[in-house]
Amino acid sequence: MRHIISVLMENEPGALSRVVGLFSQRNFNIESLNVAPTDDPTLSRLTLTTFGSDQVVEQITKQLNKLIDVVKLVDLTEGQHIERELMLVKVRASGAQRAEVKRTVDIFRGNIIDMTPSIYTMQIIGESDKLDGFLQALGGMHILEVVRTGVSGIARGEKTLSL
Amino acid sequence: MELLSGGEMIARFLKDEGVEYIYGYPGGAALHIYDALHRQSDVKHVLVRHEQAATHMADGYARATGKPGVVLVTSGPGATNTVTGIATAFMDSIPMVVICGQVMSYLIGEDAFQETDMIGVSRPIVKHSFSVKHPSEIPGVLKKAFYIASSGRPGPVVVDIPKDMTMPNEKFEYNYPESVSLRSYTPPAKGHSGQIKKAVDLLLAAKRPMIYAGGGVIMGGGADLLKKLAQQLEYPVTNTLMGLGGYPGTDKQFVGMLGMHGSYEANQAMHHSDLILAIGARFDDRVTNDPDKFCPSAKIIHIDIDPASISKTIRADVPIVGPVIQVLEEMLSLIDDAPARSNKEAINNWWKQINEWRQVHGGRYDTSSDKIKPQAAVEACWRATNGDAFVASDVGQHQMFTAQYYKFAKPYRWINSGGLGTMGFGLPAAMGVKMNFPEETVVCVTGEGSIQMNIQELSTCLQYGLPVKILCLNNGYLGMVRQWQDMNYEGRHSNSYLDSLPEFKTLMDAYRHKYVEIRTKDELDAKMEEAFAMKDQLVFINCYVDPEEHVYPMQVPRGSMRDMFLSKTERT
Ligand SMILES: Cc1ncc(C[n+]2csc(CCOP(=O)(O)OP(=O)(O)O)c2C)c(N)n1
Ligand SMILES: [Mg+2]
Repeated sequence: MRHIISVLMENEPGALSRVVGLFSQRNFNIESLNVAPTDDPTLSRLTLTTFGSDQVVEQITKQLNKLIDVVKLVDLTEGQHIERELMLVKVRASGAQRAEVKRTVDIFRGNIIDMTPSIYTMQIIGESDKLDGFLQALGGMHILEVVRTGVSGIARGEKTLSL
Repeated sequence: MELLSGGEMIARFLKDEGVEYIYGYPGGAALHIYDALHRQSDVKHVLVRHEQAATHMADGYARATGKPGVVLVTSGPGATNTVTGIATAFMDSIPMVVICGQVMSYLIGEDAFQETDMIGVSRPIVKHSFSVKHPSEIPGVLKKAFYIASSGRPGPVVVDIPKDMTMPNEKFEYNYPESVSLRSYTPPAKGHSGQIKKAVDLLLAAKRPMIYAGGGVIMGGGADLLKKLAQQLEYPVTNTLMGLGGYPGTDKQFVGMLGMHGSYEANQAMHHSDLILAIGARFDDRVTNDPDKFCPSAKIIHIDIDPASISKTIRADVPIVGPVIQVLEEMLSLIDDAPARSNKEAINNWWKQINEWRQVHGGRYDTSSDKIKPQAAVEACWRATNGDAFVASDVGQHQMFTAQYYKFAKPYRWINSGGLGTMGFGLPAAMGVKMNFPEETVVCVTGEGSIQMNIQELSTCLQYGLPVKILCLNNGYLGMVRQWQDMNYEGRHSNSYLDSLPEFKTLMDAYRHKYVEIRTKDELDAKMEEAFAMKDQLVFINCYVDPEEHVYPMQVPRGSMRDMFLSKTERT
């Protein structure tokens, strides 16, 4: 099953390499990963998605928790949560294709954020599935570049991951 | 208020932390620290001949005392030479602090002379690591390093200190930090009472219980409580390779070591048990054999300080995360108060069955051969040392024979590299013990292969007067490798014959140590006694043993715990 694990860790050099190293060292897979400082400058927040049986994911969270730099973590997929990913896509489009790109972007509630006479650059935000869907919908287009941030997530309601 | 340089702070901190000996080797990036050490006399530095040996000396000390061993080395090659020793300590959860010099902070990343990213190199084999960014951080960082190394599940911690953090003329305020707190690290202080209650109920209801105790019992200081618990319940106890001595090996309730080279009765009893109480053990592959076939009818209670050890390879029915002392104390008081008693009749039957198993193999070996059997040599060593020595081992057949035949009566006495299996560990580990227990008998049991992996330390032994006894079970082969080649490669001994061995007698003369040679069975006891009688001398006992001998029992690969080869011709 797919899990989204959200980690608060010390904003220190070396902390990220410990987390990433753990995954290769212990043969866990990482599908996506993102990390950035939080409103508290001493902390960064890391979100990663991984696939694994319950037993593997239990090991992943336990091993992450063991890292001294990890302050707190939560497996967001254990409860109700919101997940978002941002994607930038650059396509080559001319003539009639240009209208079709625009329509597709609208349907997916994306934005065109840059253009030239032959290029459109678009931004789409949503769950990873939606982003996959958008790329599929662009099917026939000449896609030049795709950049995805990886998943960020947050629990619904009162629940927070904070100190 | 006291002003000290970074180098002086290191020396001073070690004194304030109560460290008596550190083990190391100097070099450019560590010279300011070495100069500070030279100008004080509280902390004594032991100069090894190779940095790997420094880590094993510190490790030997840590295993014998439960306290962190301390290593000091320079950057680059000095630091990388410690890697095997750090990994050895990591695999066996041994507390250790390794202080590494580093190039000037402004040179880091420029491939400066003797620059190695030691934080990166050591990352997968440390509990944690620190890099010092300012001299004034040194006391705080070192305090954290000692705290992390020795609390919770212990392990090695690396502290990387760039040379400019230790400049002699740059002085900062020094205060010994009495306490330490880390918001992201709180070792478990107490096991869950509900779980402990559940465990006690299961324990008392068990018909075929087994207590499976590992190195965590020793390092957690729980050996006495384990004995109390086991004897109160009259349940059988088995120890892992790391746990030997955690329960008295001479006691009738002890069924021997379990696992790959475990006793027949221990492995059978595990396989058939209906309840396993695992304490400070981690169900590793050398214990469980095929995890899918592991102990099919057993419920499992697992006590460990490290939650990640629980249900990692074998699912626990009752997990208990906590310090062994606290958990066992709570269990004992619950047992005292419990209205139910253990099932006496079932337990008697269980013992009857175990005693039958004991007859099947019973640690027998061929005593009629005229060659010296390695098992007999270990037994003779046990007699010559009254079974009360500190025994450090290298890795190979000799290690397994020692584990099987030296009946350890006390904890902290069996010093071996169980998890990593590091050849070359034995001699420096024995030295680390001897340095700190000068009055005790300290033996290094080794093979002619392993001893050559850190043989340069004979020089250190001479310098510091470390009269350890080296018992070399000389079979002329990398015996354990040869055994696998006999069993799995139709006896093709690819590179397992040790040609061109040194003349150990001449070598001992060169280092001004003593030498005793044992070639025949009838001289075994007398020569062994002669060697151990030379209290103030390092003695190398070169004992020529049967090269054909194999270690048995040996579990059948990918079988269950009870599937074993019992000799070259028998299997279960
Ligand atoms: C550093 C290292 N290299 C290789 C091995 C693999 N290995 C395990 S046992 C062994 C043979 C050890 O030979 P010896 O010290 O003579 O002991 P014996 O088995 O003959 O008693 C080897 C090569 C190891 N454990 N450690
Ligand atoms: Mg040998």
